[in-house]
Amino acid sequence: MLLSSEMFGGEMTPSISLKVNGHLHTVNVDPQTPLLYVLSDDLQLRGPKFGCGLAQCGACTVIIRGQAVRSCVMPVSAVKQQEVTTLEGLGSPEKPHAIQQAFIDEGAAQCGFCLSGVMLTAKALLDEHPKATDEQIREVMSNVLCRCFAHTRMMRAIQRYQKERA
Amino acid sequence: MKREISRRDFVKASGALVVCFSTAALIEPFAMGQGPFDTHQSHIDPEKLDSWLAIASDGMVTAYTGKCDFGQGMYTVQTQLVAEELCVSINKVKLIQCDTSVTPDQGTTSGSQSTPTNFNTQNLAQAAATARGALVGMAAQRLGASVDQLTIENGVVSAKSGRHVSYDELVAGKHFDISVSSTAKRRSPSEWKVLGKPVPSMDLGALMASTFEFVHNVHVPGMVHGRVVRPPEVGATVADVDEKSVQHVPGVIKVVVRNNFVGVVAERQWQAAQAATDLKVAWKPGPGLPAQKDFYAYMLKQPSREVMLVNSNDVDNKLKSASRVLKATYLHPYQAHGSIGSSCAVADVQEFKATVWSATQSVYPTRHGVSVLTGLPLDNVRVIFVRGSGCYGLNAADTVSYDAALLSQAVHKPVRVQLTRHDEFISENYGAACVIEQQAGLDASGAIAAWDCQTWSASLGGRPGYEKPGNVITGMLAGFDPDTITPRAAAEPTGDLRNGSNAVPSYMAGCVNGKCGGTGSIRSERVLTHAVKSPFFTGPLRSPLRLQNTFAHECFMDEISAYVKTDPVAYRLQHLKETRIIDVVKVAAKTANWDARPSPKPGGARTGTVAGRGIACVAYEGDNGYAALVGEVEVDQESGRVQVSRFVVAHDCGPISNPEGLRNQIEGGLLQGTSRALGEEITWDDRKVTSIDWRSYNTLPLGIQVPVIESVLIDRPAAEATGAGETAITLAAAAIGNAIFDATGARIREVPFTPDRVKAALSRG
Repeated sequence: MLLSSEMFGGEMTPSISLKVNGHLHTVNVDPQTPLLYVLSDDLQLRGPKFGCGLAQCGACTVIIRGQAVRSCVMPVSAVKQQEVTTLEGLGSPEKPHAIQQAFIDEGAAQCGFCLSGVMLTAKALLDEHPKATDEQIREVMSNVLCRCFAHTRMMRAIQRYQKERA
Repeated sequence: MKREISRRDFVKASGALVVCFSTAALIEPFAMGQGPFDTHQSHIDPEKLDSWLAIASDGMVTAYTGKCDFGQGMYTVQTQLVAEELCVSINKVKLIQCDTSVTPDQGTTSGSQSTPTNFNTQNLAQAAATARGALVGMAAQRLGASVDQLTIENGVVSAKSGRHVSYDELVAGKHFDISVSSTAKRRSPSEWKVLGKPVPSMDLGALMASTFEFVHNVHVPGMVHGRVVRPPEVGATVADVDEKSVQHVPGVIKVVVRNNFVGVVAERQWQAAQAATDLKVAWKPGPGLPAQKDFYAYMLKQPSREVMLVNSNDVDNKLKSASRVLKATYLHPYQAHGSIGSSCAVADVQEFKATVWSATQSVYPTRHGVSVLTGLPLDNVRVIFVRGSGCYGLNAADTVSYDAALLSQAVHKPVRVQLTRHDEFISENYGAACVIEQQAGLDASGAIAAWDCQTWSASLGGRPGYEKPGNVITGMLAGFDPDTITPRAAAEPTGDLRNGSNAVPSYMAGCVNGKCGGTGSIRSERVLTHAVKSPFFTGPLRSPLRLQNTFAHECFMDEISAYVKTDPVAYRLQHLKETRIIDVVKVAAKTANWDARPSPKPGGARTGTVAGRGIACVAYEGDNGYAALVGEVEVDQESGRVQVSRFVVAHDCGPISNPEGLRNQIEGGLLQGTSRALGEEITWDDRKVTSIDWRSYNTLPLGIQVPVIESVLIDRPAAEATGAGETAITLAAAAIGNAIFDATGARIREVPFTPDRVKAALSRG
């Protein structure tokens, strides 16, 4: 039997609870929906972005249990009770988080589309390994892309954050 | 968020009492001069000051610009410009960018033309200067003082008596209702308080905290989601679409087919994605593709549209009589814009009107395209720029705007479309593949007596402009033809030297009809360009053709200097005559502590890792910015891997508007240029593009060992402002290639310099 959209869009769509940036949300979506689409379409968060949908670039990065996670390939049902933190969950323009402040201080952006991947990947690494060497930082950041190539400033901002959080 | 904002609403919201335009009330047609880019008349008259500026009752200045910010810093620097001319702080200026209902038609934000267009003595700069003059005039009357007795500080005009009046008091209840004055005096760089200062990009706080709205974040009430289904092979056409094949996908609203354009619309993005994947489309195969391994030879055999840029008519004789003739051929592949976010747009096409939120570089031309595709009258289409991810030229922002419009029109709802990474890679308008053949004749002293250059570039489509929606894939699929090549033999050059694509090397005198517009001293000169039909769509990619041509010219110059065993800096200076390019070469060499000697470096080991340095320089587009770049590299001769360790760039773009923004552009440009030089290349098989994601298309990730970058900014307050976003990137491949030669003695003439190509060059020795 074919599922009709009415059936799926109505009572058959399960409701899924998510805790994002400290707030609890309930959404009615196909459990296979990538977390990214729920964050950007249902919750209208602007931090995680669709860059490639293939977990190759990092633009969709969020933090779950302290780890940088690519939300474009994670089904929303896999999140379960774990809290999701997006870039807007760290701080606000008025009260930026230390890593956001470090990026502001270094002027570390051009278009800024890649920033979730850059900042959250670096933050997750340095929160877990505060004394990560430059080489370790580079290794982790080798999975993150910025096509404006603001690399120089971004890597400087990451080092600044590392120093300031120590 | 409310999205139905007219200019009237803007004005209301900002409290300004300026004339209210609407698309229904067209003013008299007018002609406009906007510099080199074509623009059309619209309902917003650029000759009227109120089209550019409004002052609200709270003293806030609203400025309207047709040049928008993609991350290259145009928002901040234009805000500085308006603040400077009006003598207010930057936080008193609100800039409205690129919206066909409220901003003047300034064509396309591209080609390093935003600064020349808006920062010299026309357009936004001249409007702001006119406004200041008008305000001071009004203040003089109000205060009973002569204009030269008045001072302005942060929007308050004061007389020596101590009486003062603010802008909002002066403007209260009125719009300016005057024309932009061509004689209004711009503030001179020596007076600058806001321009010329290193102002951090004004969007940083919002970007870092993700409150910044990209076009990808636009939500409009009732919005649904579309995906497109592109032909899997180049040139494939639709034979049949099985709409039933997506019946099982919940939320599907419609399968949309228009000629060869195929898309799906669903309630949710995930549903649209599944439907696009599952939709069964039978495609008639395309004509097939020329083999990539022979593609450059294939290009040379195609009928071409020729343009002779310069011809002294003595080149063949001079080459015959030269004591030595050197020849070399340089190859540059197709490259992708490869924006980090795949392109996205939102369109709301209703029965009588359409609104498109688009990251296009050209809102007015895109309005034309949407009008043609939807059949709606031009005046009923509004295109609003919302920043996308960095585009670096004609990425897929225009085509996805068309996608959204077609899908929205089909379902009578607002539709958001984001391309997949695969969609974007297989069908964007690539930077052109090029072949550049060089030959030079040397005289007995080793100087260049004659230089002969022929270039071939592959071309299909391009910017849609106002007339050609078929220049990007969606328009073509929907039934509109792209621009293609009409073969034509070259005529002799006439008029002024045209070097907008840097096909003419900097070392040529560039003489056309006795008038020498080049920057060099070589008088026996010939440059013939060929455009040939490309199997793939092409379009401007940051420093279009300028980068490819400069790579060939600057590497060839290096080859000649090595042949005559002369230091490459000294040899360049020997053949240059224009001061500004000479200066950047000298400054870059001095700052880099240039080791003056011929290349290659003597005594270099044939094994292990070796280091070298190279130089390249350019007068961008002939006269739109000057730069010289010293690159230092390390080459691992076993693996063929190249590591750039240091860049030193000397940069002259006239008066510097924002040194902080300029440095950011230079640094990003150099690394993007490095990525393009070392790894980026579109690949294909006999039917389809095979570089389809970030595994099959190389880009340098964040984690690379970043070279040290030293930028020396040469400020020339008395000169005209030039572009600055494409100058440095133009030089990266050439400087790196020359440094590889210096380190190893191996010349590599094909971009990208992959490890395999480097090893092959090493084995040729």
